[in-house]
Amino acid sequence: MSYPGMRDLKLREALIFERSREGRRGYSLPAEDLTGAESILPAELRRDGLDLPEVSEVDVVRHYTRLSTYNFSLDLGFYPLGSCTMKYNPKVNEKLVRNPQFTELHPETPARFAQGTLKIMYEMQRMLAEIGGFAACTLNPSAGAHGEYTGIGIIRSYFAKKGDTKRKKIIIPDSAHGTNPASCALNGFEVVVLESDEHGKVDLATLKSLLTDEVAGIMLTNPNTLGVFESDILEITKMVHEAGGLVYGDGANMNALLGVARPGDMGIDVLHYNLHKTFSTPHGGGGPGAGPVGVCEKLVEFLPNPFVVCENGVYSFRNSDSAMGRVRSFYGNMGVTLKAFIYILEYGREHLGETAKNAVLNANYIKACLKSYYHLKYKSDTLHEVVFDDSEMPNHVTTMDIAKALIDRGYHPPTVYFPLIVHGALMIEPTESESKETLDEFIEAMIDIAEKAKSDPENILNAPLSTAVSRPDETLAARKPVLKWVKN
Amino acid sequence: MRYLPITDSERKEMLEKIGVKSVEDLFSPLPKSVLLKKELNIPSSMSEPELEKMMDELGRENRGANMLSFLGGGCYRHFCPALVDQMISRSEFYTSYTPYQPEVSQGTLQAIFEFQTMIANLFQMDVANASMYDGATAAAEAVLMAHKIQTKRHKVLIASTINPQYLETVRTYTSFVVDRIELLEMDPATGCVAESELAKIDSDTICVLFQYPNYFGMIENLKKISALTHEAGALLIPVVTEATALGVIATPGSIDADIAVGDGQALGIPMNFGGPGVGLFTCKEKHVRKMPGRLIGETVDRNGNRCFVLTLSAREQHIKREKATSNICSNQGLMATAASIYLATMGKQGLRDVALMNLKRADYLKKRIASETACKIAFNGCNYNEFTILAPMDACELLKALGEKGILGGIAAKKYFPELDNAVIVNTTEVHTYEELDRFVDALKEIAGGAK
Amino acid sequence: MSNYSVPSNLRFSETHEWVEDLGNNKYRIGISDFAAQHVGDITYVELPEINEDVDNESVVCNIETVKSSEDINNQISGTVVSINEMLSENPEIVGADCYGDGWLYEVQSDSDEDFKALMSADEYDKFLDEQDDE
Repeated sequence: MSYPGMRDLKLREALIFERSREGRRGYSLPAEDLTGAESILPAELRRDGLDLPEVSEVDVVRHYTRLSTYNFSLDLGFYPLGSCTMKYNPKVNEKLVRNPQFTELHPETPARFAQGTLKIMYEMQRMLAEIGGFAACTLNPSAGAHGEYTGIGIIRSYFAKKGDTKRKKIIIPDSAHGTNPASCALNGFEVVVLESDEHGKVDLATLKSLLTDEVAGIMLTNPNTLGVFESDILEITKMVHEAGGLVYGDGANMNALLGVARPGDMGIDVLHYNLHKTFSTPHGGGGPGAGPVGVCEKLVEFLPNPFVVCENGVYSFRNSDSAMGRVRSFYGNMGVTLKAFIYILEYGREHLGETAKNAVLNANYIKACLKSYYHLKYKSDTLHEVVFDDSEMPNHVTTMDIAKALIDRGYHPPTVYFPLIVHGALMIEPTESESKETLDEFIEAMIDIAEKAKSDPENILNAPLSTAVSRPDETLAARKPVLKWVKN
Repeated sequence: MRYLPITDSERKEMLEKIGVKSVEDLFSPLPKSVLLKKELNIPSSMSEPELEKMMDELGRENRGANMLSFLGGGCYRHFCPALVDQMISRSEFYTSYTPYQPEVSQGTLQAIFEFQTMIANLFQMDVANASMYDGATAAAEAVLMAHKIQTKRHKVLIASTINPQYLETVRTYTSFVVDRIELLEMDPATGCVAESELAKIDSDTICVLFQYPNYFGMIENLKKISALTHEAGALLIPVVTEATALGVIATPGSIDADIAVGDGQALGIPMNFGGPGVGLFTCKEKHVRKMPGRLIGETVDRNGNRCFVLTLSAREQHIKREKATSNICSNQGLMATAASIYLATMGKQGLRDVALMNLKRADYLKKRIASETACKIAFNGCNYNEFTILAPMDACELLKALGEKGILGGIAAKKYFPELDNAVIVNTTEVHTYEELDRFVDALKEIAGGAK
Repeated sequence: MSNYSVPSNLRFSETHEWVEDLGNNKYRIGISDFAAQHVGDITYVELPEINEDVDNESVVCNIETVKSSEDINNQISGTVVSINEMLSENPEIVGADCYGDGWLYEVQSDSDEDFKALMSADEYDKFLDEQDDE
């Protein structure tokens, strides 16, 4: 067996609160007499008690270093989490954004003293618009779902300004991410679910039947969550536009198209990017991400406030009265945007398209090698990811078991049980970062699991055996929620 | 390209296995007309040394990063122990995804469980979630949550003294959801919500959203707002944008807040021109199933070992879709981890010391400005590390002149409050030495004149 | 006959709620064996409030598992007069004893119209059979 497997040094680690000892210190502050300082505040405005740990610097460092060893991470190995685009996070990005000239810049600094960052923001607004084929782009949204919220808010503002108050519905295919309907609901839209056809795609006749003068638009992920490109995209956008609606593009799968084709050229009116997917910024165990939104010409005025403009080589912020409003404080996750900026420039116009091409090649290679071992509900051609399922697994082996068995073989599991239209889905997205050897090893592991499912199902059903923790009781966690540590 | 390992010969092999002639064939589902025919209009590829040089040069243009700064207004410069960045730079933390697979994510899960504990303790609230984007969106989600709890009421009251960017964000999120949003106006003498305005709190009020210390640095009349809000059966939602303040000042829990939110940037996270920071969201236990965002819970694994998992997910978008409590998916996980590492390092005594150092500096600076310069202290009342001064001239002129001396003197309040055209909001924290505070006072004296 | 328990004294809805006639237009409501088996390990039951007016089309309660959230559709218009307090601490009872201790709430109605419109046990059993065939 050539796949990496998993064996590690595991040190047990208590909660940081359990390491606490009264009187222990981990900080260093200038010597200053603080006696009586609290009397600056009247007694009724002062707090009582403060239950934080008392630990030394070594305690803290050991604690978090040990915790870190409990994580699987992209730098440790292959992380084929479908739809999450776990591509390599370049180290140069990490280094350069830690320059204090960026980190120590206050957001209320007058523009004349912040020209460097403003210039980067302006360039990013422009480059992201160009990459997606849009007229303009906002950097304000802090994550993909926040971008969706913003993009749908722009659509809401557009119809509000037109006085078209009847358009209260947005069509969403049943293969969509849960954030899509949630983002629509948050904007006050009613969701109309469009059932995918037998190829996992939008059926034009079904779409036609749903398009009324109450529809504000459609929210499409393209390629969709099956990795299938909506090849009728030009007809779809045309139909929606003719019915008076707008087309929202969920850019979660933009890595399949980066530098190869532009959503704006397909008639998509609004699209959010995920900088933490397509543009290599690390996901940080759950964020921070960034979700810039690109829009076509007629929607530019509705972009959230503020945005960066350039006049005679001088950069500054501007607000617009017709904007959808403000979607957060300040200007977005700038620290994240800087990393994506460096990433785009490293690839440049010559190479950016190679990302998508290699990502699509890798995904199709996995698909070709595994399709005789795992069931594919939809046979359509796919781009950057592939969705298998457990419907042909013997001995009651499920997708969850396959996921856990992959852990023992040294991989992070794929996305499981999503999209919902594939029962027991296993969604694999390799990205362009992986070498052929890595893919081959992973394929070997997957084949081993498929074979063990037949010959030695216990090996799969008991996985993972190599981790400190195995199959936590999630029902107990939800029935009797313990959401913080409480001293006995 | 160094991030693309597939070689030409491997590509050939792979294409053969797939059964197509070229990579272009794999894109055949795309209509030919949409394939890019020319290069994108973006710069040419750069090498690492070139990138380094470019970023260095751009960084130099951020002159504000090197100036003596008294800017606050929702983003604060604090001392942060070196170990915080060292720890979050471990790629096991920053290159992992949301902890969907608990067996390979216990590091993140335990770290965030500890974060929830620390934030709940800092706020003295029952429950804290795994984070929101920032304080402004946390405030907006808090109002939406209150609206879901108080189904029969129609009016949201917001203190006009809240950070104006928060107010705008709350309006963006809620103006088409709730029937009425009304402001509690400010008393020009105290810089706090006018007492007479509190009469607006009534039996139709969903919630009262206010910030303390408020945008002008003032601590609102916590007891009174709390008492009247609860008397009316409305929900009390305090916002804390300067989380270190809770090292010394009364907590949301102590005033019986129902939901309490804030921003954790002040807890060891660099300013980064306003992001990424971390939104804080807490509430009473009875409301937890209406809470937005991820929650980590303790449980046991099949061998009986204590461990942690994402829990109460039935609230969230991936299960409830359009009926979810929020659309949030990715939050600010790594920043939450940074804030916990900061809180663990500073600990019980360190955070209190920081808070006292802030309190003392603001008090010192306020007194010196009042007694030695022509500037006046705008409002009577209590502050933490931020306060408002009135210049004997237009605020922007004063700030411009300070800028020429290498000082970022604060925020001109008139940017959001046009009637306060000579008011400047000044922030000081433990990073300032007393010599630096003196330099600021001297500069003010020189520009605005001495005390009359 | 379906493979599920269908007590003959109850009436049923197509969305798998059962209703028991307690006399004087008062009704007790729960979820059927079919629903209980399909939903899995129940982690939380959100019940309506006492004195809440409910109509026969509204969603008044919600049953959660780790991976799902199922709406319970009210079948009887009226006022909620009682809820099963035991479920707040022990939601799993719904799965263990859906027709007994796992009942959800009781409604006082002013007529028996809604009740009569529901399927009889026999009809529901057939309905389940047809579902299985699909």
